Amino acid sequence: MSEPLLKIDNLHVEFKTGSIITRAVNGVTFELNKQENIGIVGESGSGKSVTATSILQLIPSPPAKIANGAIYFKGKNLLELSTKEIRKIRGNEISMIFQDPSTSLNPVFTVGNQLIETIRAHKKVSKKHAKQKAISLLDLVGIPAPDKRIDMYPHEFSGGMRQRVMIAIALACDPKVLIADEPTTALDVTVQAQILNLMKELQEKLAMSIIMITHDLGVVWETCDKLLVMYAGRVVESASVKDLYQQPLHPYTWGLLDSQISEEQNSSEPLASIPGSPPDLSYEIKGCPFVERCPYAQEICYQKTPQLNETTPGHAVACHFQTSEHQLERKERGYSDGDTT
Amino acid sequence: MMETLLEVNELKKHFPVSNPIPFKKSTQSVKAVDGVNFNVYQGETLGIVGESGCGKSTMARLVNQLIKPTDGSVIFKKQNLVDMSAEKLRQTRQQIQMVFQDPYASLDPRLKVGELIAEPLVIHQIGDRASQKQRVEDLLEIVGLNKRYADRYPHEFSGGQRQRINIARALTLNPELVICDEPVSALDVSVQAQVINLLNTLQQDFKLTYIFISHDLNVVRYMCDRIAVMYLGRIVEIGTFEEIYSNPQHPYTKALFSAIPKESPFEEKERIILKGTVPSPLNPPSGCHFHERCPVAIDICKTKEPRMITKENTHQTSCHLAD
Repeated sequence: MSEPLLKIDNLHVEFKTGSIITRAVNGVTFELNKQENIGIVGESGSGKSVTATSILQLIPSPPAKIANGAIYFKGKNLLELSTKEIRKIRGNEISMIFQDPSTSLNPVFTVGNQLIETIRAHKKVSKKHAKQKAISLLDLVGIPAPDKRIDMYPHEFSGGMRQRVMIAIALACDPKVLIADEPTTALDVTVQAQILNLMKELQEKLAMSIIMITHDLGVVWETCDKLLVMYAGRVVESASVKDLYQQPLHPYTWGLLDSQISEEQNSSEPLASIPGSPPDLSYEIKGCPFVERCPYAQEICYQKTPQLNETTPGHAVACHFQTSEHQLERKERGYSDGDTT
Repeated sequence: MMETLLEVNELKKHFPVSNPIPFKKSTQSVKAVDGVNFNVYQGETLGIVGESGCGKSTMARLVNQLIKPTDGSVIFKKQNLVDMSAEKLRQTRQQIQMVFQDPYASLDPRLKVGELIAEPLVIHQIGDRASQKQRVEDLLEIVGLNKRYADRYPHEFSGGQRQRINIARALTLNPELVICDEPVSALDVSVQAQVINLLNTLQQDFKLTYIFISHDLNVVRYMCDRIAVMYLGRIVEIGTFEEIYSNPQHPYTKALFSAIPKESPFEEKERIILKGTVPSPLNPPSGCHFHERCPVAIDICKTKEPRMITKENTHQTSCHLAD
């Protein structure tokens, strides 16, 4: 494999409010290869979105501050670029779509206007030319009658259609990386199926890489090759989706997988859930961040913070007890290695 | 057969749309709920599923008369709530409570948790101060919260804890029917599972009947005995979950079930991708509301409205092709 397209190295992001410092992201490291789909899952507050927005430096600073780390894209550290230079990358080579399609479009401009603005910000083309490109983009994302729709305002579109427009804007300059922050959370399942389908098609057509942030594992199974599980601002496990599904190593990942409702779930049995709630990140965390909720916690878990370690090629986990014991116990409990049905 | 607790007949709610010409009476209306019939039996959980804008929440609000229907009747324990006097309704409504979707918006930020939970008792003038306080403490324990939390404010709690407070408040008056309008869709999966478990335990302990509204079909599968699938203000299919899941009759139901995300990276799924989006309820299509998006529509669907037909036992659907 050649050089990764995007490399996040030991990223730390802090939020400062008064005298309290909240460490939202605590040493996140991962690589994104060409045409790869990485999913990032985790609970609210686990630092998924902060990680993603830091890549393009879209987090408001202050209060946020990238305290440490580096983000390499094509060999350049994005954190060292000037505002002018980062603007050339933002929306051009790396672009982003957001969760809520109804608030991320400007209501006082037509969608065509917003598309053309993006195109002309990065490419020196005539208005006429840009408009043609805009129409072809709307066509690409499956909006019917794009030549008429282009002159309409966002409120005239439904939620799913708006998300298509957002995708069209994100794709306006043929980006290499698309960061999708919960792109289908606000949508209905039928529309979600349409949008995920569309994203997969476009990825193949345009040879992009996608970072998909979501809390819905179903979405991950649909679209991603690799998965990062985040907890309390750290990556606690990373692996290919198939590996992770068959052999989850971190107790938090087990909890996540178990609390999904499956077809075989018997309604008379209670659902598995993870007791408690995530730790408050405005305090220094000693030991493993998951320790308070972990059913297998030992003395060492309170003392020492586990580091992300590769156990098998491509599968890394941050847990002191990486394999045997837990895996055995888990098997005894009947969670064999996730057969398919 | 179980006893019928609630009976909904030809329920309709049309919201008038303001006329663009000032001082003119409105002529158009949004048909949010357009002729819905169903029964809820004692002790069961009826799930209502459908896309946003199909009228699920409007229907929930019609059932406990938070909004007045345009037409139709809601019969709760053999009494019609629609033409009941205001005072009588207030009394009857003690037995129908609601849990709302957004735990951040449904609790008054200026009231303490204790006051929030005791409010129904104060309104209905039940018990004295001391007994109300006792009831609040009992309820907090029932929903798995510490009883000292009564003196705290809602902002001090996480989403899951707030939803527990909401549930406690809904239980204050010992209701028989609890309408849950997307109670877990704002929560994270792990917390979602906690709240679902709580709802299930409470149902057994207090013999509750639920109307459970959700767009998450996995949650509905786990929670509900029967489900009703809604599309554009009408029920298109109703029956037990097994009946509908194993043998969906209506093409919309088929598409909806096929859109459930995969359960594992190994699963191969046949998708029915619907074309277009839900039409405007301002001007619904003629005949069957679904015919414009239906992959198997025939001529009759454009002109004639399908009626509800019974397939087997409790399984009913309204589709010309299921006849």
